[in-house]
Amino acid sequence: MKISDHHKDTKDTKSSLRVLCAFVVKIVPPIITAAIILVLWSIAVKASGTKIFPTPTAVAKAITTLAEKSLLWHYIADSLTRVFTGYAVALVIGIPLGFLLGWYAPLARAINPLIQMLRPISPLAWMPLAVIWFGVSNAAPIFLIFLASLFPIIVAAMNGVRNVPPMYLQAGRNFGLTTPQLMRRVMIPAVLPRIIVGLRLAFGIAWVVLVAAEMIAVDSGLGYLIIDARNAGKRYDLVVAGMLMIGLIGLLLDTGIRKIEQWISE
Amino acid sequence: MKVQFSDISMRFGAMEVLQHITLGAEEGEFLCIVGPSGCGKSTLLNIAGGFLAPTSGSVTIDGEPVTAPDRRRIFVFQERGVFPWLTVEGNIGFGLFDMPDDERRSRVAQYIDLVGLKGFEKSYPRELSGGMKQRVEVARALAVNPDVLFLDEPFGALDSITRLQMRSELLRIWRAERKTVLFVTHDIEESVQLADRVVVMSARPGRIRRVVDIDIPHPRDLSSRRYIELRDLIFGEIGLAHQV
Repeated sequence: MKISDHHKDTKDTKSSLRVLCAFVVKIVPPIITAAIILVLWSIAVKASGTKIFPTPTAVAKAITTLAEKSLLWHYIADSLTRVFTGYAVALVIGIPLGFLLGWYAPLARAINPLIQMLRPISPLAWMPLAVIWFGVSNAAPIFLIFLASLFPIIVAAMNGVRNVPPMYLQAGRNFGLTTPQLMRRVMIPAVLPRIIVGLRLAFGIAWVVLVAAEMIAVDSGLGYLIIDARNAGKRYDLVVAGMLMIGLIGLLLDTGIRKIEQWISE
Repeated sequence: MKVQFSDISMRFGAMEVLQHITLGAEEGEFLCIVGPSGCGKSTLLNIAGGFLAPTSGSVTIDGEPVTAPDRRRIFVFQERGVFPWLTVEGNIGFGLFDMPDDERRSRVAQYIDLVGLKGFEKSYPRELSGGMKQRVEVARALAVNPDVLFLDEPFGALDSITRLQMRSELLRIWRAERKTVLFVTHDIEESVQLADRVVVMSARPGRIRRVVDIDIPHPRDLSSRRYIELRDLIFGEIGLAHQV
């Protein structure tokens, strides 16, 4: 008993050591890359003698100042709320619509050209209209984020439904499933792993559009921070700080969604 | 007749796929349909399954015309028809959704046993070999206790050794369950090994060239004179010299 316990212990230590090693191997190369870039960045700023572009330390200081004034957390929360709201509305509308278009070919023939025409229009082009429709409110940037993510979501859901192997549906019908049962027991589980990548890409787009969306009609958020820092006092340290925060949060969110993706496709 | 095709013709647009097919299968019979690819044999099976309506003619099962898919007659595809999001258990129990839980469980266990998948109840299809996936599909079909099975080149994607094993498995199951089986294949050897009767079809537009009685008792000796005679008869009927 004791001996086997001992064995188990060493085995556990060994395996946790292995996990630690794998983690270190994974995390060291990007840290080295980041360090090199930071060094090159400071050298470049000092060598060129620029008064406008900030050094990494200046940016770090800007971030700490923002964090101390708790403005940073406030801005991050506002930006996340807008992105999640716009994206959620796009999911609620886009997924059922995409399912319908994938399911009923005649409907797709009627509506798909319109979607393909609207899709290449940059969400930024909608800014003037968004301001007219929603005025100076939170709704305008949310609308832009919604638009940016809606079309990729519709297309992902539509293609997902179309690519479900017909024999799954044939088998479902053969076992006497009604259309709603077929949807729930065959279509949705068959489509889910096929659209999850599309949903992640759509979220990426929503996050990218954030800055532009917050240029209009709001007075908070990471996008607003960048515009405001430039307009108010040419504070490029704050501009770069905003950019970095957007990049970092984007990375975190993408990692999170990838985890969900792995979990769904098991 | 259990399954009766009466003067079935089928065209897709300008393409004539089947011409005047009249054919019957007896209750409990194992009927193989062979023919060159594109001869319409899968189409014929889909018509019998109620997935396609023929351009003219009709199919009846137990005298009732077939108009839609039905749980009393199940279609088995190549192993790609198993649902990848369900376990072996989930797949086999798929058609038993309106059965009480304990009854369903015992039925699923019974068919897992029949197809030799004990120990793999909780496995997902991606963890199984091609032959095992095919067993799952057969068990899923049998679990709803259909009286007719349609098999559309079910072993086409398997390697030749697994294919041989699956054939004898299928025969064992067929003897145990006594379903009427319509089995489509382009493999002449396979048809002579399995069937009570082999229906030989022509190239498109598919017509019945000949129906061959396979009067060899099971288990069949694949080097017996009669086996080779019947096999070569079918090869000749399809217009292939049996040489490489």
